[in-house]
Amino acid sequence: MDENLRELYQDVILDHSRHPRHFGKLEAANHSGEGHNPLCGDRVKVYLAVNGEDRIADVSFEGKGCAISQASASLMTDMIKGRTVAEAEKLMDGFLHLVKGEDATEIAPDDREHLDVMAGVSAFPMRVKCATLAWHTMKSALESGPSAKTE
Amino acid sequence: MTMPPKIASLRPFDPLAVRADFEILSREVYGKPLVYLDNAASAQKPDIVLDAMRDFATSEYANVHRGVHFLSGKATDRYEAARESVRKFLHAASADEIVFTKGGTEAMNLVSYSYLSPRIQPGDEIVLTTMEHHSNIVPWHFLRERQGAVLKWVDVADDGSLSADAVDAAIGPKTKLVALTHMSNVLGTVTPLKEIIARAHAKGVPVMVDGCQGAVHSQVDVQDLDVDFYALTGHKLYGPTGIGALYAKRAHLKAMRPFNGGGEMIREVTREAISYADPPARFEAGTPPIIEAVGLGVALDYLSGFDRAAISAHEHDLLDYATAAIEDLNWVRIIGRAPGKGAILSFEAEGMHAHDLATILDREGVAVRAGHHCAQVLMERFDVASTTRASFALYNTRDEVDQFVSALHKARKILG
Repeated sequence: MDENLRELYQDVILDHSRHPRHFGKLEAANHSGEGHNPLCGDRVKVYLAVNGEDRIADVSFEGKGCAISQASASLMTDMIKGRTVAEAEKLMDGFLHLVKGEDATEIAPDDREHLDVMAGVSAFPMRVKCATLAWHTMKSALESGPSAKTE
Repeated sequence: MTMPPKIASLRPFDPLAVRADFEILSREVYGKPLVYLDNAASAQKPDIVLDAMRDFATSEYANVHRGVHFLSGKATDRYEAARESVRKFLHAASADEIVFTKGGTEAMNLVSYSYLSPRIQPGDEIVLTTMEHHSNIVPWHFLRERQGAVLKWVDVADDGSLSADAVDAAIGPKTKLVALTHMSNVLGTVTPLKEIIARAHAKGVPVMVDGCQGAVHSQVDVQDLDVDFYALTGHKLYGPTGIGALYAKRAHLKAMRPFNGGGEMIREVTREAISYADPPARFEAGTPPIIEAVGLGVALDYLSGFDRAAISAHEHDLLDYATAAIEDLNWVRIIGRAPGKGAILSFEAEGMHAHDLATILDREGVAVRAGHHCAQVLMERFDVASTTRASFALYNTRDEVDQFVSALHKARKILG
C-alpha cells in the first residue's frame, strides 16, 4: 500500500475516529463553538469548561465527519484537557504547522510524540482542513464564548 | 452549378479510439493510470478542442462585432458559427435564441434576473424539485429574499425518480415558473421533461430546464420539448470552462430586461437615455469569451459527430456494470435507482466517510467526487452529509470500472 496512505490512516487515527474520546455534549461547558467545513458538509461542536484559573477543566466534542476530522478532534480533547487556555492555543499553533508540513517548534517534545500521528496529513493538502476543523472551532469557542460559529 | 446535398456521415463510436482523442487520459497519477470518473463535475477536453482554440487565437483572433478590419470579421464569423453549433446541438429554430453565458450558473441567473424577477409579486410561486443543483436553487432564493417569492418543492421518490404528477400537483394559480433539472447530478435521475412541460403549459406556466448534465448524455431537441428556457455549460460537454449558453424562446428573450450593462448590448447611448440591442446581443454585454465560444462550438460538433445513441448505450453499459459490481455489497448503499437513470453512480459506504474513501481511491488513480455535490437539499432529503460519486463519460471503459471497484475494496480493507 501507498506509504502516505498507510501513515494517514494508521491504527491510532482509525482508533480515535472509531472510538472518539470525550464525545458528546458537556453540560458543565461555559464555552462552545460550532465549526463547519462547507466542502464536505461536516460539522463539529466543541464544548469547554474553563475554570477561574483559565484552565480547561473539561472538554468534549460532537459531530459527524471523516476519519481525519474525527480523530483530530478526539486527539485534541485528549491533549488540551487540563491545560491553560494559553497553552491550548500555543498547542494549536504548533498543530497547524505540523499538519501543513511546517516547523512546529511550539510543540514540546512530549506533546510531539502524541501529535505526530497527524503529521501524515501534510502529504494530503486537500485534507488539511479536515484535520484543523476541531482546533479552529476550539479556538473560536474560547474567544467568543458560548455558541460561537466558525466557517 | 448546384452543390450536392451534404450528407453528414457519423464517426463510428469506439471508446478505445475515442480515448486517443484526449491527451490527458494517457497520464498517470501517483504512478497509476488515471481513471477519471469525475465527469459530472467537469469533463476532459479532446485535443481537437484545445487545438482549435489555439489555432483560432494564433490565426483569426480579434474582438467581435466591432472592428471593420480583417481579423475582426474572421473572429465574428467564428463566434457566430459557434452560436450556430449550439443551435444545431439543441435543435433550436434560430441562432438568435442562443445567448452565450459564462456557464450554466449564469444562464439560470439570467432567467431569474431578466425574465422572472420583474414578473414576481409577493406570494408568487416557483416550483422546483429537491434534486436541484444549487445553481438552480439559489437564484430563486434571491427572489424569495428580495421579492417575497415562495419556493414550492417537489420531492423525489425514495428511488430518486420524479413523477410528472407530483410536479403538476405543485403548479397552482400563483406559479410563475417551473425550474427543474433534465438530469440530476447526484442521482442520475432523468426527468420526464416532455410530459412536465406539456402539463405546465396547459396551466400557462413556463418551464426552465437545467441541462448541465442532461445535454451531455442525451440528444436535446428544444422544439420538440417545447421548453421555454434550457441552460447548458461548456465544460461538462467536453468544451472549455468560462462558456455556456441559454436557449430561450424568442418571445421570452424579446420581453426580457437586460442583465449586465455595457458595450455590445446597446443600440444607442446618449446622456439622457439608452436603447437596447436585439437579443441575443442584449444579453451579452462586454467582450464575450470568444476563444472559449469557438472551443465550445468545436466540442459540440465533435460530440454530434458520433451517433449519440451509441454513446448513451456505452455510458449505460458502464453504469450497469458498475452498479452490478457494488449493489450486492452489504456495506454499500446506492443513492438513486430511478428507472432509466443516466450514468451517475452515487453511494454511501458503511464506516467510510466519502472524503476518506475518495482520498484512498485517488491514490489508486481513481478520481471521484466526494461531498454534497452542490445539492444540500437533496442530501438532507436522503439524510446523508455527503456521498461518493462516480460519473461516466464517453471515454470511460469497463477496465476502468474494474479499477474503481478494486480500489473500493482496498478502501474497505483500510477503513472498514
